[in-house]
Amino acid sequence: MISPPQTKLPSLVPAPSADKRWHLVSATMRRHGYKPGALIETLHTVQNAFGYLDEPSLIHVARSLRVSLSKAYGVATFYNIFRLKPQGLHTCVACLGTACYIKGAPKLLAAVELCAHIRPTETTPDNKVSLEIARCLGACGIAPVAVFDGQVVGNVTPVEIEKRIRQWLER
Amino acid sequence: MNNQLQPGPKVEAVLSAEDLQMIADQEITHQAQFKRRIFVCMGTACQSSQSGDVLKSLSTTVKERGLEQECLISPGGCQGNCAQAPLVSIQPQDLLYRGVKAGDAAAIIDSPSDKPIKGLHCDTQAPFFTQQKRMVTEYRGLLNPERIEEYIAVGGYKALLDALTTKAPEQVVQEVTRSGLRGRGGAGYPTGLKWGIVAKATDTQKYVICNADEGDPGAFMNRSVLEDYPFRVLEGMTIAAYAIGANKGYMYVRAEYPLAVQRIETALRAAHRHNLLGSNIFNTSFSFHIEVRLGGGAFVCGEETALISSIEGGRGLPTPRPPYPAQSGLWGHPTLINNVETHANIPAIIRHGADWFASIGTEKSKGTKTFALSGRVKNTGLIEVALGTTLRKIIFDIGGGVAEGHRFKAVQTGGPAGGCVPEAHLDMPIDYETLQSLGSFMGSGGMIVMDDSSCMVDVAKFFMQFCASESCGKCIPCRVGTVHMHDILNKITQGEATQADLAQLEELCDMVKYTSLCGLGMGAPNPVLSTLRYFKDEYLAHINDHTCPAGVCAPKGQDIRRPTCAL
Repeated sequence: MISPPQTKLPSLVPAPSADKRWHLVSATMRRHGYKPGALIETLHTVQNAFGYLDEPSLIHVARSLRVSLSKAYGVATFYNIFRLKPQGLHTCVACLGTACYIKGAPKLLAAVELCAHIRPTETTPDNKVSLEIARCLGACGIAPVAVFDGQVVGNVTPVEIEKRIRQWLER
Repeated sequence: MNNQLQPGPKVEAVLSAEDLQMIADQEITHQAQFKRRIFVCMGTACQSSQSGDVLKSLSTTVKERGLEQECLISPGGCQGNCAQAPLVSIQPQDLLYRGVKAGDAAAIIDSPSDKPIKGLHCDTQAPFFTQQKRMVTEYRGLLNPERIEEYIAVGGYKALLDALTTKAPEQVVQEVTRSGLRGRGGAGYPTGLKWGIVAKATDTQKYVICNADEGDPGAFMNRSVLEDYPFRVLEGMTIAAYAIGANKGYMYVRAEYPLAVQRIETALRAAHRHNLLGSNIFNTSFSFHIEVRLGGGAFVCGEETALISSIEGGRGLPTPRPPYPAQSGLWGHPTLINNVETHANIPAIIRHGADWFASIGTEKSKGTKTFALSGRVKNTGLIEVALGTTLRKIIFDIGGGVAEGHRFKAVQTGGPAGGCVPEAHLDMPIDYETLQSLGSFMGSGGMIVMDDSSCMVDVAKFFMQFCASESCGKCIPCRVGTVHMHDILNKITQGEATQADLAQLEELCDMVKYTSLCGLGMGAPNPVLSTLRYFKDEYLAHINDHTCPAGVCAPKGQDIRRPTCAL
């Protein structure tokens, strides 16, 4: 696994489309000198810009950084944070860290399953709500914690999570 | 956030001790003009309780009252008692307000300092505050984390200056070794010893890595230190780089900590602007550049060889050791990896000396440790105590004990590689050796309190499920062993297991512990072994009586396999 950093820039691979968000991705790769070590940072940029990693984006990143597609796919599927499917309109991330577990996180997941009929990593058929879990968000002092569209909320109750999910479903 | 008047021409590039002192003096003079300084905690937990709105509301109120010359509103750091977020501290009166809402701004600005607002006032003389020993968190969140000037004003970067201009690298290594500091990531390896090995390596390219992955569920100490004192961590890394001969550093932060990443990136830019990072630091020949690298939600990347693999752009697969990263790490070069808290201890050790540090703690475990106290305890939050403090003092004095109507059962330390300590051992002093002798582990500092509403078999199953899903898959004992152990634990919690299953579970624990490639697999059986050691009666109740004494797997007294409908 030891490969010395590349010293020569490869010729640039054209972006999959004219979408301006690809400039952000190119900027990340350029900042890291188009080295193979930039793979994870670049995939983060792609996901932040486009919401998930689809096949054309994986191919583009792999070719640009001169890594094999299997390696890019291996990295994309290894790290829990990367999504290979689009998310719903709204995302709820329930923390399943130890403190949150002790303070009732399983009941929050059960409440979501009851009202939206989805389990972690699933999206509702109308594409409105996705449910994910995080292993620990580091806000244990206010457990149980959930993130609603990027907003961290502490001391969440089953009643509150159901209310927020229903609001999303009814929009 | 701070748009209030700044004094004189600003010193930016710090080229000498005089420049550093000038920045400190200017900042101290600037702060002295205010009668009151109000800090609103802007850590993740307080922000999630809308402390941002409180900060805005206070700033607006100060403007409306025309009090900008005498009252400075600043974002601050963690006060510790996160369960009572949002927290607001008023200095120099040392008033702490808890559960503050945006609508309380007028009352806070208008109330006289000697008459604290009753409904918001938090007693800073309570044991939660007075029984701690703050060293890493010595500034108590009373710094704007984004302003390097404030860090310099409280003595920041003096240690780096001292190291670069008055000490040879070997002397810095010796000082850290004499201090007795041990790695705060969990394993407790003597820090000075590790630094010495990397320093002696003859390679011209060396690296310093700060492990900010903090994957242990229930741990958030590193997050707080990164968010609140980013300059302190950077200073520690820079001193380490000087000591071992590195010119490049990486801060590997888990992606679940976006605020910490943002604070570090702001701090990096400020440090570069002030010549406290980058080329020719303090006008010496020493140069050090730091890059941030994001994790991807993989617990195994907290293991140093997996972390290195991740920085190299690959999956987080551990590699056998030796060779250790100190000899052959990132891209095959000697690499020093230390935890956030280890780095954060360094400036104080250089400033106050090894003897000062070694005077705190126990014989083999020097200094203090931050802990993330959470779970079924009254005062949850971030605490720091001298090593050697007893668990009882932490949970019952500082933590305030368990909720009314419940009985303490166990405290879990060390994350998924740790164990549960029951009441009988609460008077043991916390240090690396005693926790190990109790079947637990210091770990990074997560401390989760459990009471009679927790089923210890269910807790063991929770940790095993975590390890099974986080296993990188490289070695069979961990990849397959954790799944099998989880299956058996699941069977037990469903009341379907037999004594033979229990025997097989114990055998698997042994096999996985001693034949796994890395710490994830080696530590995975620990929660099971520890709960079997102290709570075997609960396992036997599930197996022989098909009941769950805690009433978690099924209502109390009922057969788990056939619970009566309790909807």
